[in-house]
Amino acid sequence: MSGHDSKYFSTTKKGEIPELKEELNSQYKDKRKDAVKKVIAAMTVGKDVSSLFTDVVNCMQTENLELKKLVYLYLINYAKSQPDLAILAVNTFVKDSQDPNPLIRALAVRTMGCIRVDKITEYLCDPLQRCLKDDDPYVRKTAAICVAKLYDINAELVEDRGFLESLKDLISDNNPMVVANAVAALAEIQENSSRPIFEITSHTLSKLLTALNECTEWGQVFILDALSRYKAADAREAENIVERVTPRLQHANCAVVLSAVKMILQQMELITSPDVVRNLCKKMAPPLVTLLSAEPEIQYVALRNINLIVQRRPTILAHEIKVFFCKYNDPIYVKMEKLEIMIKLASDRNIDQVLLEFKEYATEVDVDFVRKAVRAIGRCAIKLERAAERCISVLLELIKIKVNYVVQEAIIVIKDIFRRYPNTYESIIATLCESLDTLDEPEAKASMIWIIGEYAERIDNADELLESFLESFPEEPAQVQLQLLTATVKLFLKKPTEGPQQMIQVVLNNATVETDNPDLRDRAYIYWRLLSTDPEAAKDVVLAEKPVISDDSNLLEPSVLDELLANIATLSSVYHKPPESFVTRVKATTQKTEDDDYPDGSETGYSDAPATAADGGVSPPASSSNVPYAAARQPAAVLVAPAPVPDLLGDLIGLDNNAVVPSDEPAPPSGPPLPVLLPASTGQGLQISAQLTRRDGQIFYSILIENNSQIPLDGFMIQFNKNTFGLASAGPLQVPPLQPGASARTLLPMVLFQNVSAGPPSSVLQVAVKNNQQPVWYFNDKILLHVLFTEDGRMERGSFLETWRSLPDTNEVLKDFPGILLSNIEATLDRLAASNMFFIAKRKNANHDVFYFSAKIPLGIPFLIELTTLSGNPGVKSAIKTPNPDMAPLFFEALETLLKA
Amino acid sequence: MAGAVSALFLLDIKGRVLVWRDYRGDVSAVQAERFFTKLIEKEGDPQSQDPVVYDNGVTYMFIQHSNVYLMTATRQNCNAASLLLFLHRVVDVFKHYFEELEEESLRDNFVVVYELLDEMMDFGYPQYTEAKILSEFIKTDAYRMEVTQRPPMAVTNAVSWRSEGIRYKKNEVFLDVVESVNILVNSNGQIIRSDVVGALKMRTYLSGMPECKLGLNDRVLLEAQGRTTKGKAIDLDDVKFHQCVRLARFENDRTISFIPPDGSFDLMTYRLSTQVKPLIWVEAQVERHSRSRVEIMVKARSQFKERSTATNVEIELPVPSDASNPNVRTSMGSASYAPENDALMWKIKSFPGGKEYMLRAEFSLPSITAEEEAPERKAPIRVKFEIPYFTVSGIQVRYLKIIEKSGYQALPWVRYITMAGEYELRLI
Repeated sequence: MSGHDSKYFSTTKKGEIPELKEELNSQYKDKRKDAVKKVIAAMTVGKDVSSLFTDVVNCMQTENLELKKLVYLYLINYAKSQPDLAILAVNTFVKDSQDPNPLIRALAVRTMGCIRVDKITEYLCDPLQRCLKDDDPYVRKTAAICVAKLYDINAELVEDRGFLESLKDLISDNNPMVVANAVAALAEIQENSSRPIFEITSHTLSKLLTALNECTEWGQVFILDALSRYKAADAREAENIVERVTPRLQHANCAVVLSAVKMILQQMELITSPDVVRNLCKKMAPPLVTLLSAEPEIQYVALRNINLIVQRRPTILAHEIKVFFCKYNDPIYVKMEKLEIMIKLASDRNIDQVLLEFKEYATEVDVDFVRKAVRAIGRCAIKLERAAERCISVLLELIKIKVNYVVQEAIIVIKDIFRRYPNTYESIIATLCESLDTLDEPEAKASMIWIIGEYAERIDNADELLESFLESFPEEPAQVQLQLLTATVKLFLKKPTEGPQQMIQVVLNNATVETDNPDLRDRAYIYWRLLSTDPEAAKDVVLAEKPVISDDSNLLEPSVLDELLANIATLSSVYHKPPESFVTRVKATTQKTEDDDYPDGSETGYSDAPATAADGGVSPPASSSNVPYAAARQPAAVLVAPAPVPDLLGDLIGLDNNAVVPSDEPAPPSGPPLPVLLPASTGQGLQISAQLTRRDGQIFYSILIENNSQIPLDGFMIQFNKNTFGLASAGPLQVPPLQPGASARTLLPMVLFQNVSAGPPSSVLQVAVKNNQQPVWYFNDKILLHVLFTEDGRMERGSFLETWRSLPDTNEVLKDFPGILLSNIEATLDRLAASNMFFIAKRKNANHDVFYFSAKIPLGIPFLIELTTLSGNPGVKSAIKTPNPDMAPLFFEALETLLKA
Repeated sequence: MAGAVSALFLLDIKGRVLVWRDYRGDVSAVQAERFFTKLIEKEGDPQSQDPVVYDNGVTYMFIQHSNVYLMTATRQNCNAASLLLFLHRVVDVFKHYFEELEEESLRDNFVVVYELLDEMMDFGYPQYTEAKILSEFIKTDAYRMEVTQRPPMAVTNAVSWRSEGIRYKKNEVFLDVVESVNILVNSNGQIIRSDVVGALKMRTYLSGMPECKLGLNDRVLLEAQGRTTKGKAIDLDDVKFHQCVRLARFENDRTISFIPPDGSFDLMTYRLSTQVKPLIWVEAQVERHSRSRVEIMVKARSQFKERSTATNVEIELPVPSDASNPNVRTSMGSASYAPENDALMWKIKSFPGGKEYMLRAEFSLPSITAEEEAPERKAPIRVKFEIPYFTVSGIQVRYLKIIEKSGYQALPWVRYITMAGEYELRLI
C-alpha cells in the first residue's frame, strides 16, 4: 500500500512560492491537488508557506475529501497568522457542516474547533449546535470534543450559548462512543473551572458504568478516569461499584486495567469488611502482575504505580516478589523500578532469594544499576533486623570483588547499617579498612571516616588511619572535611593521648583559620570551645547516643500517597508528584483584537468576584464591562508605563479567569517600605508600592495597595507581562475590598518561566493591576537579578577555578563602580551571602583586595564574580564570567544594589 | 483527572521532526525537537532513558520503532498508560497501512499519515485505532475516485471492531493456542522464576455478524456446571480478553462470548504461574585455561515426553567478547560463532523428547588484557524452541460455536504449540 508522496518534498528550489501559486490556481484539478500536497510537504519540513493562504483556501471547495482534508490541515496551521484571511474559509466551513456526508460534517466542525481565531469561533457556534444534535453518532462524538476545544478558546461563549447543557445531555446518548467523548470533554472543562459543572451523581454513575461495557477501549479509560472522582455514599455502594468495575481487570488494554485498579482502590477505602477487601486484593494481584508482560514503556508506568500501591496495600503483591526479578534484556529504567519494588516487598521469608538476586545484579555492567543494587542490600539490612547479618556478608563478598564503585557504594551502606545496629558488626571493620586507599568518592570517604571515628576505641590504629587523611585536608571536599573534623574529635575524646592531641590541633587549625567554608569553621569553633572549656561536656555532646535510623527514604507521606493513588495511571503517579507541581497552562497565543479582548478578561473575572455584587450600592459610574475602554479614553489617567502597544495589552489582560478566587487574606507581612510604583496622583487615588523579594528559596512579589480615593475598591487582580524570566504570579492576588483610606499588604508567590519574552535579557517587569471600579493601571518594575539567586549557588573552590578557566574570555564582562566604598567587608560579605551570592576566597594583589564569589540563577546558570577594591578607598572593580554574558547588565544592576545597601 | 496531549510527533533517529500534528497549540515543534535532540545527544542511548520525561513545563512520552520515534507532548496530567499504549497502537496502524513503519514510509505517505493522525486522535484524546476499519474510509490509493459517503458504522458502534456486510464463500476460523514458557534459572541451577503466557490467536474468515462462544477446560467453569474435572481442567491465573469479548458476561458465568473482528487478532491471553519443569535444560561448563584459551562444554537435555519433538531449537551461549578462533564440535545440529552478539549459536532443527546432546567449543583469548579490567558482561544462556501439538498448561478448546443469522456452517481449526518466551539460564 506504499505511496509515493516523497516526491512532493523534492521540489524545493528557488522561486518555489510563485511556482506553487501558479499551480494552485491551475484550471486542472489534479494539478491543484498536487500543488496542495506540495504546500503541505513544505509545511511539514517547516517552511513558511503562509503567503499562499488565499490560493490554498480557494481550493477548499472541492468534492475531493482528501484535498479538503489537506486544505483544512493548512488552515489549522496558518489561520492564526492570517486571521483576516481566515474568515474567507468560514463560508465553506458552515456549508460543509451541513453536507449530506457525515464524514464531511464532522471534519468541518472538528477543524473549526482547532482554528483559534476569534472571528472563526463566532461562526462555529451555530454549526456546533447543529452537530451536537446530528443524527450520526460520528458527528456527535466529534462535536462533543469540539465543545471542550471551544471552552479552551472562549469559556464564556460555551456557557452563554448553553453548550454545557447540550454536552451533559450527551451523557445519556444511546451511542457509547458519544458518551465517552462527552465525559472526556466535561471532565476537562471541570478541571479548568471552579464552578461545579460535571458532578457525578449516583444516577450518572450507573449510566456510565453501563456505557462502559460497550465503549471502545479508549472510551473506557475516559469513563473510568472520570468516575474515579466519585465518592460512594457508603460501603454498600462502594461494593456495588467495585463489582461492576472488576470485569475490566480482564481487559487486554493495560490502560483500562490500570484505570479500573484505580477505581477499585478508591472505593476500597470505604469498604469495611475485611473479607471483601482481602478478596479484592486477591483479585487485583494477577492483573497487576500481567502488566509486567506489556511493552517496556507500559511496564515502566505500571511499576511506578505498583510502587504506590504496595505502599498502601502491601499484601496485594506480598507473594509475587519473583515477578519483579530483572530480566537480562529489561531496559535499565525498568530494572531500576523493579529493584525499588523488590526492596519494598523484601521480607524475612524471601530475603535469601532476594539477596541472591541483588548479588547477581551487583556484578552487572551498568554502573548506576549496580550501585542501586548494592544500596538495595543495605536498605534491606536496615529494614529487616533478622536478615542484617546475611546482608552484611553479601556486602563483604562484593567488597572482595574489588570493583571500585561497588566497594565505595558498599561502604556507604555499611555506615548506615552501623547506625541502625550500633555495636553489632564492628568485627568487619578490619576488612573495610583494607579498601581505604581505593576510596575516591566523597560520600564513601566520609562514610569510612565516620566509621573510624565512631569506633575509634576498637580500632588499634585509628589514629594512623585518620592521620593519613589529614595530609590532604585542605583539598578534600567539604563533606569529607566535616567528617574528618568530627572523627578526629571523637578519636581525641576516646583516646586522649599525645598523637590524637597533635592531630586535633592540626585539624582545628585547618578548619578555622585556613578554611573559607563557614559550616566547617563554625563546627570547628564549637568543638574548640567545648574542648577547651569542658571536655566532659564535649563528650556528652560529641559521643551522645544517636537515634536509630530506619529505611523510610522512599516512603511517601500518607496524604501525598492518597493523592497519588487517586491519580493512578496518570503522569502524577509516574512522577510521584501531585499534578499541580508539573501541570502548566499556557494560553496559546491567539491573535485577538483589543475589542474582543477587553470584555473577555474583565467580565468573567468580575462575575467570579462576589464582592462586586455585595456592595452594588456604591458602584462607580463606569460599568464593569467597559472599564478598560475608560482607561484608553480618559485623558486624566496618565499612565506610568508608556502606553502599551496593542498586542502587549492582550498579554497583560489575558488573565487566567479561573485563578481569581477570593479567599482568606494572609497575615499582612511587614517590612521595609516598598518603592512606590504607581503614585496616588496617577492612580486616581490608588497607590501601589511593590518589590520582588526572596524568602526561603521562593520568590514573592511584596505589594502594598493603598486606597486614597473616595470610593471603596475591590476585585483586585494582577497580571505580569511577558518578561525575560517568565515571572508570573503563582496564584491570585489576595487583597480584600479596600474602603477609602484603607491599605493592604500582601506577599504574592511568584513562579518562573511561565511566559518568557524573546529578545535580549531585560530587567523590565511590566505589571497591570485592576479592580472593579477603576481602569487598568500599568506600571513598570525592575527585576533585580539577586532575587533569582538560588540557594544552591555556592561553588567549591576547585570547581570555581575549573569553571573560570573553562569559560572563554569572551564570556568575561567588566564593570567599575567608582562610587562604592566597602567600609565594612564582613557586613558586606554577610549581606551578599544572605542574597545567595557566596563568598569563595579572598586574596591580596599588591595593595588591592580581591574577592571571589559565586551565584547561580535558575536553569543552573552560574555567575563567577571577582571584586577588586583598594581597602579604605571608594571604587570597586568587578569582573564576572558566566555562560550567559548577555545577562551581565542585569547582574551588575543587582550587584550595585547589593553593594550599596 | 482529565488530560490530553498537546501534540504528537514522528521523529527520525536523530530526533528531528518528520511529521507532527498539533492538537492544542501549546507546545511547538521547535521546542519539542530541541528537547528531544538534546536528550538523544546527552544519553547517547535513548533506550536507557525513562520513557516519560519532564522538561520546562512539558511532559514528553516516547517509544521507538525501527528508525522512528513516536512522541507525545503534554502540559496536563494525562493518562500515561493510555497514551503510551496509544503510541504502540499508532505503530500497529501505520504498519497495517505501510507494511513497515520507518522514516521512508512516513515520507512516502505523509498525506495519509496526516489523515490518520486526525482520525485517531482529536484534541489530544485517543479516538479510534482499529486499522482494518480505518482503512475502509481512509485509503491510500493515489486515485480515490469515489467519495466515501459515510464513516463505517463500526467507528461508532458498540461493535467497533467489525464492519457489517462481510462476505466469504467459505466460512472458516483458525484458532492457534500458543504458549510461551518464560523461565529464569539461577547460576546455582535453581529455578527462580517460571511462568507460562498463553494466547489464543484467531484468524476469522466469517460472513456477516457471527456470534461466537468458546468453551475451554476451565476448572472454574466446569465446576460451576457440576461436571467432573478429573485432572483435565486447568486453572488460569489471569485472563485478558480482546475488547470483543463481553467481560461482564464472563465475570457472571465464565462464558466467553463475542462477535469477532475480521482477520487475525488475539482473542485472549492468560498466564499460569505454576512451576513448570524446564522443557529444555542446558548446562554449561566454562573452563579458562591459563589466559589464552577458554573451553566451553554444554549439555542440552529435553525434558518432555518422547512422542513430542521440539523444532527450531536455538541455544545462544555467551562467550567472552575478546574470544577468537572458535573450534566447535556438536553431537547434533550446527553451531556458528556470532561475534556481533558475543555468542555461539547452536541450532538443532529437531530435538525429540528425552534426548541429550552435547557441544564442545574452544576459543583463543588474547594474552594481554587491560590493567583495570571492567567487569565482564554476564549474559545468560538463552534458548528458543517450538514444540507443536503440545501445551504446558494442558489447555483444551472444548468447542467453538459460531452462530450467524444466515445459518451457515463454519468449521474451526485448532492448533496447539508451545514455544520459548524469555528463557534464560544464568551462567556461573
